[in-house]
Amino acid sequence: MTRKVLMKGNEAIAEAALRAGCRHFFGYPITPQTELAAYMARKMPKLGGTYLQAESEIAAVNMLYGAAAAGVRAMTSSSSPGISLKTEGISYMAGADLPGVIVNVQRGGPGLGSIQPSQSDYFQATRAMGHGDFYLPVFAPSTVQEMADLTFTAFNVADEYRTPVVILADGMLGQMMEPVIMPEAIDPATLPPKPWATRGHEGARAHNIINSLHLDAQKLYEDNVRRFATYEQIKRDEVRVETYRTEDADIVICAFGAAARIARSAVNAARERGIKAGLLRPITLWPYPADAVKALHAKALVVVELNMGQMIEDVRLAADGAFPISFFGRCGGIIPTPDEVLDEIVRIHEAMEDEEGR
Amino acid sequence: MADQIEAIFAGFGGQGVLFAGKVMAYAGLIAGREVSWLPSYGPEMRGGTANCSVTLADEPIGSPLVLHPNVLVAMNQPSFDKFLPEVRADGLIIYDDTLIAPASAPSKARIFGISATKMAEEADLGGLSNMVLMGALWEKARFCAEGDLIGAVDECVSASRQALVEKNKRAMMLGMEAARLI
Amino acid sequence: MKRGDEVAMTQSTEKAVFTRPHALLPVVTNYCPGCTHGIVERLVAEVIDELGVEGKTVGISPVGCSVTSYDFFGCDMIEASHGRAPAVATGVKRSLPDRIVFAYQGDGDLASIGMAETVHAATRGENITIIFINNAIYGMTGGQMAPTSLPHQVTQTSPYGRDLETAGYPIRVCELLATLDGVAYLERVSVDTPKSVRTAKKAIRHAFKNQVDGVGYSLVEVVSTCPTNWKMTPEDAFAWMRENMLTYYPLGVYKDVQAEGFANAAEAARARAEGCPIACGEGVR
Repeated sequence: MTRKVLMKGNEAIAEAALRAGCRHFFGYPITPQTELAAYMARKMPKLGGTYLQAESEIAAVNMLYGAAAAGVRAMTSSSSPGISLKTEGISYMAGADLPGVIVNVQRGGPGLGSIQPSQSDYFQATRAMGHGDFYLPVFAPSTVQEMADLTFTAFNVADEYRTPVVILADGMLGQMMEPVIMPEAIDPATLPPKPWATRGHEGARAHNIINSLHLDAQKLYEDNVRRFATYEQIKRDEVRVETYRTEDADIVICAFGAAARIARSAVNAARERGIKAGLLRPITLWPYPADAVKALHAKALVVVELNMGQMIEDVRLAADGAFPISFFGRCGGIIPTPDEVLDEIVRIHEAMEDEEGR
Repeated sequence: MADQIEAIFAGFGGQGVLFAGKVMAYAGLIAGREVSWLPSYGPEMRGGTANCSVTLADEPIGSPLVLHPNVLVAMNQPSFDKFLPEVRADGLIIYDDTLIAPASAPSKARIFGISATKMAEEADLGGLSNMVLMGALWEKARFCAEGDLIGAVDECVSASRQALVEKNKRAMMLGMEAARLI
Repeated sequence: MKRGDEVAMTQSTEKAVFTRPHALLPVVTNYCPGCTHGIVERLVAEVIDELGVEGKTVGISPVGCSVTSYDFFGCDMIEASHGRAPAVATGVKRSLPDRIVFAYQGDGDLASIGMAETVHAATRGENITIIFINNAIYGMTGGQMAPTSLPHQVTQTSPYGRDLETAGYPIRVCELLATLDGVAYLERVSVDTPKSVRTAKKAIRHAFKNQVDGVGYSLVEVVSTCPTNWKMTPEDAFAWMRENMLTYYPLGVYKDVQAEGFANAAEAARARAEGCPIACGEGVR
């Protein structure tokens, strides 16, 4: 399937996972991620893999924990409320240094919220995917092509750093179809061995233990310090960001995922009106592309999100007062139109001109 | 027809509006254009009204959600009434006049009624009124070469159901012929 | 001292009649005096030795007093979060179907917080082995009421005795799981006498052997004591257990598909579904 095909975002994630050598998927039904699980249910038996519909999201993430401990590439997916249930297991995975991919096709919250697209789990994904001191890489695709590419990448990053990795998508990206070219498939048998995995020692080594418990405070401290050294390495090597027409931009929109698509249309419309607008699109939300924000030469930043303002905190931290920063967002499943974002750009532009005129 | 097509296909769940939209998107893909397809989803899927947004463009597509279409394909009255006021003045409306009473609200868009349900049933193509409308839409909008549209049907219907492929194509041809006469 | 050294020393002078099982490591456990965890873990290790499967076994430790049992067993070990051992075991077994996977769980872990995982792993018929320690109390957190605490039993969180009106009734796990088609073998045993220990060993061996032979989900419930939190001497604890626990939780085999003449759980399930066309696979594509 190297030719271009039309695929739903949810299915593109599933197909890319299979091509990355994932043969174990543990799911539980929830809208709007269901096509992902359904795709796995269709394909896995034909590939000799496991599709298992767990009794709950909690069980599903713990099956992922078990499969990851056994050393195979494995995945689970859900939407916002289900991800909350998985966070316990994700924390244990982080504490036990287990690789695995967790997909969140976000919907509106809090609570049962809505089933419409949202980006309201930014805080959860980047700050609190469970209790304890840990981070995990968070990829934010913006197209169906990126749903595929970043899923493939996520498996590699997870294995390389022995960490769970999150794909933070949303209902719009999950449900929409776009042309996509799939990455070349990997044969799982050719993946590098994982000597730390609990696969049975065969009398050839001491027993391996997968564990996040350290009753000795000093040992837990050292374990955390070691993990944070890995995080520094991830921050150095895995940051991904796209900048679009930012070189000469006076006004730069910061947006990720679905919001960045709308922002891009608004940037183009602003340029047609002679306003120098640009877009900074983080592709990794953790680690955050803070250096790219610092490197901007803008007069103002506008953060556009499908929530009440979450990523704006990371933009503020990165900008450290260098630019005035404002927020434009919609939540609850409402998708702002490019015109609304354009209006915001125009409003800021006029305010800037007034300021300069004075 | 405008270079960039922003279409809404709307009707009851089960009428095949999502499928028709997918055929249009695939035709755009085959024609080498940027395309996106976005369905309404959730409870609407299960028996209520359903619709999808389809965009064909030459630049990367920003928002895939179409709010002010320049193409509307309407398959039931509620969808027709809901989306008619949103269609742009230079737009095109194709509707199934077996199921929809002519427009009550004025629209500056070009508007064509096709007896799609009736035609499909009479041609022993029950359930394929969506493709009759698809054919009519192509005749009036010519958003791709005819071969691209035929190719899209091949892509959208699984090869194992060859009889269905042919039926879909016949329904589309019926729609094209009917649209040529109006 | 390295593994096996003491065996070698003994053998140099006399014939060894009792040694530490190979699958149990020479480490100090954290169990209280009189606790039966040590006996049961030893039995598990003996069975692993006898079946010769240590090198292909993956064990799952629970949350509870046996949380650090990953240090005690010589096979590969995984520590699970509270109640989720059957889900973790499922993940391992589905990834490595030729491995022997067992979970070692207490009553709070298995029958309270992990009841959903317990029931569903059982009904899926996961070919795994569960060792369930039922001592009617939460031991590690200091003696709170458990899902298996008996009516009127005094614990830290039922200080006036388990009140049936507010706390309801204990769960009989073997009886509950016996209704599920995915289950191959269920037996309730105790380890309070040499004879009962021998019976328990036989049951644990059967539960592991079932997995080796692909017979299906097997669980052995060991009715146990907690002298520390029951606030009794080990001897008194056994007496109390015999008098109260074994009358409420009768020992015995609750399901054994092989004894019923079936090769495995699936065959028994099919027989039970006799008359239901779809369940018998008729007309299924």
